Amino acid sequence: MTIVERTANADDDDEPSLIARICKGEPSLFATLVKPYERRVYATALALLRNDADAQDVAQEAILKAFARLRQFRGESKFSTWLIQITVNEARMRQRKQRAELFEPIAELQDEEGAYTPRDFADWREIPSEALERSEIRALLAKALASLAQKYREVFVLRDVEQISIAETAEVLNISIASVKTRLLRARLMLRDILASDLANGWFSRAPFGKGSKPW
Amino acid sequence: MVVSCEQVWREISNYLEGEVGSELRAAMEAHFRECKHCTAILDGTKNIVHLYADDRLVELPAGFSARWERKLAESMPNSRGTAYGWLIAVAALALVSGSFALARFDSPTFNAIRSSHAEPGIGVPPEMMVEIAANGKTFHVPGCKYLHKNENEEGEVRLLAAGEAIREGYVPCVRCLRQYLNR
Repeated sequence: MTIVERTANADDDDEPSLIARICKGEPSLFATLVKPYERRVYATALALLRNDADAQDVAQEAILKAFARLRQFRGESKFSTWLIQITVNEARMRQRKQRAELFEPIAELQDEEGAYTPRDFADWREIPSEALERSEIRALLAKALASLAQKYREVFVLRDVEQISIAETAEVLNISIASVKTRLLRARLMLRDILASDLANGWFSRAPFGKGSKPW
Repeated sequence: MVVSCEQVWREISNYLEGEVGSELRAAMEAHFRECKHCTAILDGTKNIVHLYADDRLVELPAGFSARWERKLAESMPNSRGTAYGWLIAVAALALVSGSFALARFDSPTFNAIRSSHAEPGIGVPPEMMVEIAANGKTFHVPGCKYLHKNENEEGEVRLLAAGEAIREGYVPCVRCLRQYLNR
């Protein structure tokens, strides 16, 4: 299996002309430009901030900021990547503000140095994506992601949730490609460990408990 | 080439990205065929990547789109929101300047004279009683035939001291009060 980048939107070809029209005096088209990415903007903000109210705020700020700065967009990266970059920056700014207010320790417990040794070797059957229809599965995944330290969460969200390339992830976060790869490996293995106990041993491996029977 | 479990764990992410050389890839595949643990880790990691890539993972909160679209519209030049903003600003300005004007009229000093064509009544004795018509601009000696009053309306003529009339902005009638002017 090879992980690919998110497939381009059907309208991607129109984006540069859409952007040109917005800059030349049709600002109302900006909503059309951003609409396909609103979910990604919100999902990024949510993954970084781990709080719905802040995420909605920051996502909206990011969209407004992108509009205000659209003339500065040079087209060197994709518009979507540029928009995600603004979102990441806005989210980081919000976090800095909150840390300053709340004294939250910034120390990362999960150290990047040294190899990561998986803890759980349970085999799990492939979890069908239909499982995501279940809100408890979505909640499990969100909770696991939220438990990662910031630097792993950022990389994982950009590469695996937003599916932007490793090089672009490095650019957005302003870190080296090697760092992206190291952190991505960590994030993926840690998430697998965290979720193994719930997904492999709980939801999808064991036979469901019969009615009235108790698991203990 | 033979790889250990530790090497596999280190490269598993790059393997999924398709970023390992062909020799390492072959060695890892050989390892997976032998090692149940590493296969479990590979499958689990694939599954993680697959699940988190799904759009259904995050639901957009209700009303989110409408809120940013409204904010965006408000931030646009020439939008209704901005136009309202300008209206409010202009209205506020009018209100402020209006209150300054009112303050000026209310002040105990002289008001602006009501007719620029008239001569100021500086020479008229301030205690002298004069008459003014409700809609007029001049004050008169009572009984002056040039006091224009509307015959259909009663009580429209007011009697007051000349000084007060001047403060209110009235100017003297050039006919009945001629003797006090042009000094």
